[in-house]
Amino acid sequence: MVEVSVKPVKTVDARGMYCPGPVMETAKAIKQINVGEVLEILATDPAAKPDIEAWARRTGNEILNIEQQGDATRILIKRVK
Amino acid sequence: MSQDKKKVSIIVFSGQLDKLMPVGIIASGAAASGWEVNLFFTFWGLNALRKDMLEKNTVISKEFESYAPAIMDAMKKMNYPPWFELVKQAKEVGEVKVFACSTTMEMMGVKREMLPEFVDDIVGVATFLDRAEGGITLFI
Repeated sequence: MVEVSVKPVKTVDARGMYCPGPVMETAKAIKQINVGEVLEILATDPAAKPDIEAWARRTGNEILNIEQQGDATRILIKRVK
Repeated sequence: MSQDKKKVSIIVFSGQLDKLMPVGIIASGAAASGWEVNLFFTFWGLNALRKDMLEKNTVISKEFESYAPAIMDAMKKMNYPPWFELVKQAKEVGEVKVFACSTTMEMMGVKREMLPEFVDDIVGVATFLDRAEGGITLFI
């Protein structure tokens, strides 16, 4: 995988939240950054990865990177629109 | 990437917590993903929507009644939001309308002021059908 060096302008710490918490927090946070900027999400809910991928497909935002960091999934999303 | 507008409309008939939970979860998840959401509260669902019922409702489906304390306890430990908080959050992030059934209101003596602020309108079946047309409809 290509190293992603994009610096997120905002972080959502959704660790310890359960479905639909991480998706809700992602939807709220994406509105608080500008188009072209990157949002970082940290989540421990096993549904976070597939759900945020589906959310991104539906809302037309771009997932730059997903990685597992211990118990947490770290997702970088670029606001496209 | 799908751009077409999706819509889910739910007839919220049940007033049991274990059925109201998926209402809150589906509504908020859909709203966050850009879906239009219509919630039509009728019968026991409408009764559970009363301001004085929201917090104190601990009723779950009869056949699973013995699990109620364990479920309540687990939700507290998970710090999981109650169903109506999920509906409120859904309204914050997306296009969500909450409707109350006028016939049930009369039948159960429920007045507008007994319902929470997040109720948009008091309507009947024609409004529901009109708004639900062309989308996914669930009866919960």
